[in-house]
Amino acid sequence: MFRLLTRAVSKTRYGILCQNSTKKCIPASFLKNSYSIEATDDKPQYPGYKTEYVHKLEFLEPNTEDGIPVYRVMSREGAIIDETQDPKLDNETLVKMYKSMSMLNSMDRIMYESQRQGRISFYMTNYGEEGTHVGSAAALEDRDLVFGQYREAGVLMWRGFSLGEFMDQCYANINDPAQGRQMPVHYGSKKLNFYTISSPLATQMPQAAGAAYAVKLSEEPDRCVICYFGEGAASEGDAHAALNFAATLDAPCIFFCRNNGYAISTPTSDQYRGDGIGGRGPGYGIITIRVDGNDLLAVYNATKRARKIAVEESRPVLIEAMTYRVGHHSTSDDSSAYRSVDEVNYWDKKDHPINRFRLYITKRGAWDDDKDKEWKKLSRKQIMEAFAASEKRLKPSPKHLFTDVYHDVPAHLQKQMNEMREHVKKYKEHYPLNNHEPM
Amino acid sequence: MFRYCVSKSPLLKTCKGQALRIIGIQTTVRDAHFKFVADPPKREFGETQKMNLFQSLTSAMDITLENDPTALVFGEDVAFGGVFRCTVGLADKFGGHRVFNTPLCEQGIVGFAIGAASAGATTIAEIQFADYIFPAFDQIVNEAAKYRYRSGGLFECGKLTIRAPCSAVGHGALYHSQTPEACFAHVPGLKVVMPRSCIQAKGLLLACIQDPNPCIFLEPKVLYRSAEEEVPIGEFTLPLGKAEVLIEGSDVTLVGYGTQIHVLKEVAQMAGEKLGASCEVIDLATILPWDSDTVCKSVEKTGRLLVSHEAPLTAGFAGEIASTVQKECFLNLECPIERICGYDTPFPHIFEPFYMPDKWRCFEAIKKMMNY
Repeated sequence: MFRLLTRAVSKTRYGILCQNSTKKCIPASFLKNSYSIEATDDKPQYPGYKTEYVHKLEFLEPNTEDGIPVYRVMSREGAIIDETQDPKLDNETLVKMYKSMSMLNSMDRIMYESQRQGRISFYMTNYGEEGTHVGSAAALEDRDLVFGQYREAGVLMWRGFSLGEFMDQCYANINDPAQGRQMPVHYGSKKLNFYTISSPLATQMPQAAGAAYAVKLSEEPDRCVICYFGEGAASEGDAHAALNFAATLDAPCIFFCRNNGYAISTPTSDQYRGDGIGGRGPGYGIITIRVDGNDLLAVYNATKRARKIAVEESRPVLIEAMTYRVGHHSTSDDSSAYRSVDEVNYWDKKDHPINRFRLYITKRGAWDDDKDKEWKKLSRKQIMEAFAASEKRLKPSPKHLFTDVYHDVPAHLQKQMNEMREHVKKYKEHYPLNNHEPM
Repeated sequence: MFRYCVSKSPLLKTCKGQALRIIGIQTTVRDAHFKFVADPPKREFGETQKMNLFQSLTSAMDITLENDPTALVFGEDVAFGGVFRCTVGLADKFGGHRVFNTPLCEQGIVGFAIGAASAGATTIAEIQFADYIFPAFDQIVNEAAKYRYRSGGLFECGKLTIRAPCSAVGHGALYHSQTPEACFAHVPGLKVVMPRSCIQAKGLLLACIQDPNPCIFLEPKVLYRSAEEEVPIGEFTLPLGKAEVLIEGSDVTLVGYGTQIHVLKEVAQMAGEKLGASCEVIDLATILPWDSDTVCKSVEKTGRLLVSHEAPLTAGFAGEIASTVQKECFLNLECPIERICGYDTPFPHIFEPFYMPDKWRCFEAIKKMMNY
């Protein structure tokens, strides 16, 4: 009964042998995947393949020169290139999209600065990738489940996560539902169906496939799951697991890759040699598209169609959004150590999702410079107010170090909680008790 | 139908030597390192039926799939019944969408299971051998165990149970013999459980499935066919985190779990007969969180403790038990705590008889403890 042996046995049992001798022993449902053998010599009969023989030696070359094309709706000047592709969203939606992106951008600037001043411990900005967040989020239903990596705060912004909720998490204060246990930017919201972020990369990917499978069998099957990840995370084994599981188990899951050119300092040339992440989709049997991630409308259209495919056909879809990480990887990183300022400036000034979208909505008459100026002022004020309120709030009671490890606090943890409490009482001048709610 | 064919096949008889002789291979087959003695039936849980360990597990999963429409059973090769026959008949009865094969990828199985559990499904994921659980270590340790804590309970995967066959089987060598409980005992947020018998397996598996925390259920595979008991056919659970005093005694406390319990029961008898030592045998059953109260209470009475497990000695779970008991029962101890465990080597093929913490090694330890 060993692994190698049993594989061989089960292969033969359900492959060729089962056609003859043991067929009677096998429940009919297990024979559905077996195949019938045609009595011809010139057609390959390998299980699971529909193919032909060739009689010349030829290796298949990867196609990286002429990669999957990038789907685009707007030019860099915000002009629609092919009118049939304009989703023709109403002005209210367009303005909400713009406000979500620019609010995120303003919040990033303030939070980044606050980290620089030592007021929060860590931060990661979303510069340059705002279009991928809002474009995809807007194309989903709010009841669709979201699994993210950490650079998708715009999805929460679109769904209505308040500025206070963002900041309470970053400040790890009493209003953070996770009691301040995780590092900043590890947001989560049950009511907005946004799974709490964790630091280990790509772990959310097979989880998203599993959640999509459960959703498919649930009482509300007209939902899908979207799973965001960077091109670096796509190198993890879990990414492979996720794509293959979602494909073989027909999970309604949209895999959304933010290909921003870098994983911290590692350029994509050190990350992969194939045609990006999109190039891998067909290998898993997954329907795939590559889009211009700085074109919100292209992202929107692709995600909208992907959702329809996922829900109606119950199968996964892969979207690779090409973009550029304009900011540093995080507040613990100085990206000038591995890339040029010119490169960053190009994307920040000449090809930015927020600028492009503003040009589009201005052309549409939904927005103008005065409104923009007023909105910038207002949004800044709202952010500063939320910021000040969150900074003032107390940190959670130290007892929450021990809660939520399990559903209940087991006896050994009760004991350790009491030990901690007694110890801290005895040495209270050495602990920051004043910052916290009482134990 | 298929179940019938396989179970009647002479090549799959429980006795290896007998099976091999049928096809003309003569071999010197060593006796098993333990003697399984069935527990008396638990009549309080209703009607019983003779089941071996794999059948009692099938029964637990059958009941779960029947009563809980969200329940899913999946892993490598589970659809046709599993390589150890634990899921025989379930796919036919409940449908291929609820009992299904996954691609061959352990990190995928556990990641997928966490996601499905977090979205409301009761998930019973199988890892084909505990030796192959390590590719899923990240998903188990960094994800499943920390899901509730890191989100403040917004999200959790408490409906997740991971089943994995574990421990020595006579000839499993490095990768079909491991008992990795100590690796998981170091991970807050998990429950780790190992049954010794068919009744216990069913009751504890159902408890794991219903427990609101992610559980790892390690099944001693040598018992799948060799253990047989009168198992209640209906639904019942046994409590997690509770040790069981199987034999009462006054001189030495013997603590273990899984197959090793059967070794310890025999050792207790030998020690009684040959040394006149009265041994108390305790089955821990749940390794995390473990029942230190029952163990300490016993040691307060006996003054001597021997802990025994198949896994290697260094940083094995016996170390945790020994240090806790040493602290709690310092004034009661009459001799140093003994740990009889696997050696600090990989699990060997041909040297298995010399590696195992068998009854003679345990007996010798008790002899020394009594004469200390």
